[in-house]
Amino acid sequence: MNLIFYYMAVVFYAFGTISYLAYIVFLRDILSKVGAGLLSVGFILHTTALIFRYYEAGYVPITNLYESFSFFAWAILLVFIPVYYNYRIRVLGAFVAPIALILMILGLALPKDILPLHPVLKSYWLPVHVILSFLGDAFFALAFCVGIMYLIQESQIKSRRTGAFFMRLPSLEILDDLNHRSLTFGFPLLTVGIITGSVWASYAWGSYWSWDPKETWSLITWFLYAALLHQRLAIGWRGKKAAIMAIIGFLAVLFTFLGVNLVLSGLHSYSKWR
Amino acid sequence: MDIIALGLNHRTAPVEIRERVSFSGDALEEPLRSILSLPSIKEDMILSTCNRVEVYAAVRSFDEGIHDLKGFLSDLPRIPRKQLEKCLYVYRGEEAVRHVFRVAASLDSMVVGEPQILGQVKSAFSQASKYHAAGTILNRLLHRAFTVAKRVRTETKIGNRAVSISFVAVELARKIFGDLQDKAILLVGAGEMCELAARHLITHGVSRVTVTNRTPQGAQELAQIFDGRTIPFDQLLEALKAADIVISSTASPHYVIHYSDVARVIRARRNRSMFFIDIAVPRDVDPRVNSIENIYLYDIDDLQGVAEANIKDRKKEASKAEEIVEREVKRFCQWYESLETTPTVRLLRSKLEAIRQKELRKAYAALSLSSEKERTVLDALTSAIVNKILHDPITLLKRVDQNSSSEILVDSIRRLFRLEESDAIEDREDQEP
Repeated sequence: MNLIFYYMAVVFYAFGTISYLAYIVFLRDILSKVGAGLLSVGFILHTTALIFRYYEAGYVPITNLYESFSFFAWAILLVFIPVYYNYRIRVLGAFVAPIALILMILGLALPKDILPLHPVLKSYWLPVHVILSFLGDAFFALAFCVGIMYLIQESQIKSRRTGAFFMRLPSLEILDDLNHRSLTFGFPLLTVGIITGSVWASYAWGSYWSWDPKETWSLITWFLYAALLHQRLAIGWRGKKAAIMAIIGFLAVLFTFLGVNLVLSGLHSYSKWR
Repeated sequence: MDIIALGLNHRTAPVEIRERVSFSGDALEEPLRSILSLPSIKEDMILSTCNRVEVYAAVRSFDEGIHDLKGFLSDLPRIPRKQLEKCLYVYRGEEAVRHVFRVAASLDSMVVGEPQILGQVKSAFSQASKYHAAGTILNRLLHRAFTVAKRVRTETKIGNRAVSISFVAVELARKIFGDLQDKAILLVGAGEMCELAARHLITHGVSRVTVTNRTPQGAQELAQIFDGRTIPFDQLLEALKAADIVISSTASPHYVIHYSDVARVIRARRNRSMFFIDIAVPRDVDPRVNSIENIYLYDIDDLQGVAEANIKDRKKEASKAEEIVEREVKRFCQWYESLETTPTVRLLRSKLEAIRQKELRKAYAALSLSSEKERTVLDALTSAIVNKILHDPITLLKRVDQNSSSEILVDSIRRLFRLEESDAIEDREDQEP
């Protein structure tokens, strides 16, 4: 049952993404509204899928790679939808929707069977740790999209290309502000995510910190964002530098999430191709 | 019965004439009434803006109407009829409809796509309604015109882009800063160009104005206009630190704002963005400044370039808008022609006849009548009823046709009997067995 809703959500996300990409090409406002509607419906279906999976599996569905992709995509939309309706930045969807869609499609290719839970994963700390981490990552994804939009808009203004796309992108100040806000939400979530993770690790592995690749990389990510926040607050980094840092930071997030699972191996590899 | 639009605008009449025939917006009652009292006029409305003075009227006959309206205008304010004639344009029927639509959609404006005109047309129409000068025809005409204007606005990008350099500056400032409300502006130099560019930014929300000039007196005068403050010219660097938007237009032959100055200022501002608008020739701001992060510099040529590109866009959009206007003109004319009584009578008859035939067939079937005689009786009975019912309204329609003001009646009959879409009626009949 959960898979049916998942497939339906993928379809809605796909059409939502197409609609947004069409909006970028044809610049018709109606397309962005359709896109937002499709994504919202997709999100509701996706939420339903998660709830069904929770009841069917008997545990919070964030234990294998498929479930992680699905949950990450869900968290990104959870963050995006209120931002979209608050800031009314139409083009934002064109940047966020493809990311969610790609995660969902990757999820399609992975094994989706509900298996009995690995004994180590049976802990209340686990869902807390994973949910907080992914929510933090979702904000970083938003900062990433906003950062790309900033770089595009900045280069358009600098180089006097003030065409239709220039008109559709929001102002630099709003983009920079959103970048900052995403960080102020994402960073604490990541921090608490890491702390709860190490608390759980002390139960599961007997030690708070064991330098497995995932831990190391999340620490690297944490330092990147800490540096960005610090530079912002201390010496007033903003605009282009902050945008580039947000992009680099998100690449680190992706590597922590995917690269470590697929390339390196370590204690965290419960979620390897199971 | 005809529609006339006549008047003069910025293309046909110089301002000296326009100002003499113009009406003030709140004193329209008297002129509206006196036009309405002319024998040939059935409905009228007056649109008077700084770029145009026009009268729209529904008239009994075109020739008399034109004669009366021209007489009215030249009686007005001390303008020799000959001179007035030269500036006047007259549109009739379909052309008049097209003209009204184009005016409302801002296709006839001096700056095509400027948004104020729609509001002006709306208030002119509400005046005409208030004093009962606008009736069935102008009502419909103007409401269609508002729809056209709205469609043009939403379906084309005609009004989207700035086409003058000062509006381009506003557009850019908004894309850099978003909200301009809490932004500070520094005017370097006190020339007229500076004032113009600043004025638009200020109407778009910029609140804090500082002026600096080599001669303090000029700065003082300009600062007074904008309720701003002045600073001595040698404190320019200090002032830059507090400014988000800088407009520079000094007559200096050298750069006034240098690369190293700006590099220092932006650090002191903790990288808060700055927008330099250099409208001086020769330039005041070192162009290399644009390469500093968070600094955006546009000189007069850059602004001009953006404005020209936007004008090109706007022209492209205007042709789309004209297509919308054409379609709407056609629709309006269809409605307008339907106000003639003869086709209405014909439609009314044929609709009732269709109903009669249908019900008759049902009755035949239900009674399973075979004798020709019974059928004839029923047929005669029903057609007698239909004819008797139709007799009075049709006599009335024919009578009013001869003495004008039939539109209201025709329009009501069309609506009461849903004769509006003759095609639709035929469709429905087709579907029936």
